[in-house]
Amino acid sequence: MADPLMVDRGLLTISGLDCFYGEVQVLYGLDLVLNKGEVLCLFGRNGAGKTTTLKAIMGLVPAAAGSITLDGKELTGLAAHDVPKAGVAYVPQGRRLFADMTVAENIDIGLMTRRKGKQTRENVLDLFPLLRERLKQRSGTLSGGEQQMLAMARALCLEPQVLLLDEPTEGLMPSMIAKIRETVAKLRELGVSTILVEQRVDAVLSVADRVSFIENGRNRETVDVEELRADPSAVRRYVGVG
Amino acid sequence: MHFGPHLLLAALEGLVTSAVLALTALGLSLVFGVMRIVNVAHGEFFMLGAVLAWAISTAISGHPAIGFVAALVIAPLMVGLVAFFAEWLVLRRLNYNPESTIVATIGMLYIIQQLALTFYGPEARPVEPPFSYRILLPWFGYSGYKLSVVAASAILLVLTWLVLTRTRIGLIMRATQYDRETAQAFGIPVERVYAGVFAIGAMLAAIAAVLIVPISQAHYLMGQDPLLLSFIVVIIGGLGSLRGTVVAAILIGLSDGIISMFFSPTLAKIIATLVVAMVLVFRPQGLFGTTQR
Ligand SMILES: Nc1ncnc2c1ncn2[C@@H]1O[C@H](COP(=O)(O)OP(=O)(O)O)[C@@H](O)[C@H]1O
Ligand SMILES: [Mg+2]
Repeated sequence: MADPLMVDRGLLTISGLDCFYGEVQVLYGLDLVLNKGEVLCLFGRNGAGKTTTLKAIMGLVPAAAGSITLDGKELTGLAAHDVPKAGVAYVPQGRRLFADMTVAENIDIGLMTRRKGKQTRENVLDLFPLLRERLKQRSGTLSGGEQQMLAMARALCLEPQVLLLDEPTEGLMPSMIAKIRETVAKLRELGVSTILVEQRVDAVLSVADRVSFIENGRNRETVDVEELRADPSAVRRYVGVG
Repeated sequence: MHFGPHLLLAALEGLVTSAVLALTALGLSLVFGVMRIVNVAHGEFFMLGAVLAWAISTAISGHPAIGFVAALVIAPLMVGLVAFFAEWLVLRRLNYNPESTIVATIGMLYIIQQLALTFYGPEARPVEPPFSYRILLPWFGYSGYKLSVVAASAILLVLTWLVLTRTRIGLIMRATQYDRETAQAFGIPVERVYAGVFAIGAMLAAIAAVLIVPISQAHYLMGQDPLLLSFIVVIIGGLGSLRGTVVAAILIGLSDGIISMFFSPTLAKIIATLVVAMVLVFRPQGLFGTTQR
């Protein structure tokens, strides 16, 4: 008998997803399952389709075929601005802050998304105390690491069920990378389910639960992180690094 | 009249031009800034505002102030509605493509113009000012209404600035302007924002027109000059910069008033166009514009 708790733990389920940019197909029947409370890591070479997968979840790239469900609710039919309201928060690659706005204004935009208030704001700022001192500063003038923290803070203002993080450590100093990693781990303890896109294996092995290998717009294989630690050959196969 | 008072008179006239121009150009600048659309039909929304102001104020009897106030409220709302509809019918369907929308708004320009010619006619018609108080200066008397136009424009500009910088709606507009995709990822319905901004842009032009009809007159071709001057202002001031728009409008309005009075209106236009060329060559982002990402 199957344990009822083990049946379909999928919080976010993607199946058979096709995506195009104009005429060019980028995702080919991609399947992906994010379980509740886990950190799922997407690995893959540049151009494999990781960012496109996240954009498709957000409704920013239309799904030509396939389905994306959150807690059983279909997301592909929603307008892009309704996806975050359903509880998916996005930290885009390159951060994409509203750079000419202040730190406080960026956070306000996050809060507005799902009409969260002061308490959420306090909780988020407690996670990133550094930002509290910079509330009036123009966000474009923050350092790279601070900008990444703000991008995460802005997303967490949604109190999301699912958090999408696209290469949060890209271009950061090692000390900052460690901090981002700590934050992801802390969020995992708080029960936030996260899809984390990373190019550097060492940056996430300590925080990820499972790893999906994306290649040419397909999910080739999903493995538990313990398996990967025991036999890291998969990493070499899909990412091409030693 | 001596030179000093003469210059003062020219400056006052220029200030009235500046006031109306600033509002009109602000509308154009908002639409371009947020939607990345060059609205060639902007001058026609101006004209529509003036023509509707005439229609409304003549339909209402009694003191001219009643008709004027009614026009000041109703005409911009009607123009906003027309713009809202045009946005939905045309621009949205073109997916806000920068090139297609230029052609489409040229089309709108002719449609609105011909509709005005058909229903309003080729005549130029005046609207009575709401009051005819004259302010007596030591050297000459000056229309109190004209000064009130300057005041009204200043109030509206400050109001717009407050909305943009201090309110939630302003925050949403700025977010949409800065990064449409990320705005959507934070629940901002950018198409609704676009529709609203297009309507507000047209309404600003319409308000400017209602304010000016008691001074000039309503005519179906009156949209052309404001369109040209608004482009000049927006290019000099920097697209999407409210401060730049106001500064450039004052600059262009004042120089237009002064040069027109002492030399000729044609020379004023020549100089303004020359300044635009210079700005485009040496500072393409405009005086206050920031370079686009
Ligand atoms: N806006 C776009 N227009 C056209 N092609 C794109 C666009 N964005 C990405 N692509 C292409 O789609 C493919 C997948 O890109 P992406 O999802 O960004 O990959 P990854 O994030 O894994 O590096 C690449 O071949 C890329 O060149
Ligand atoms: Mg990417």
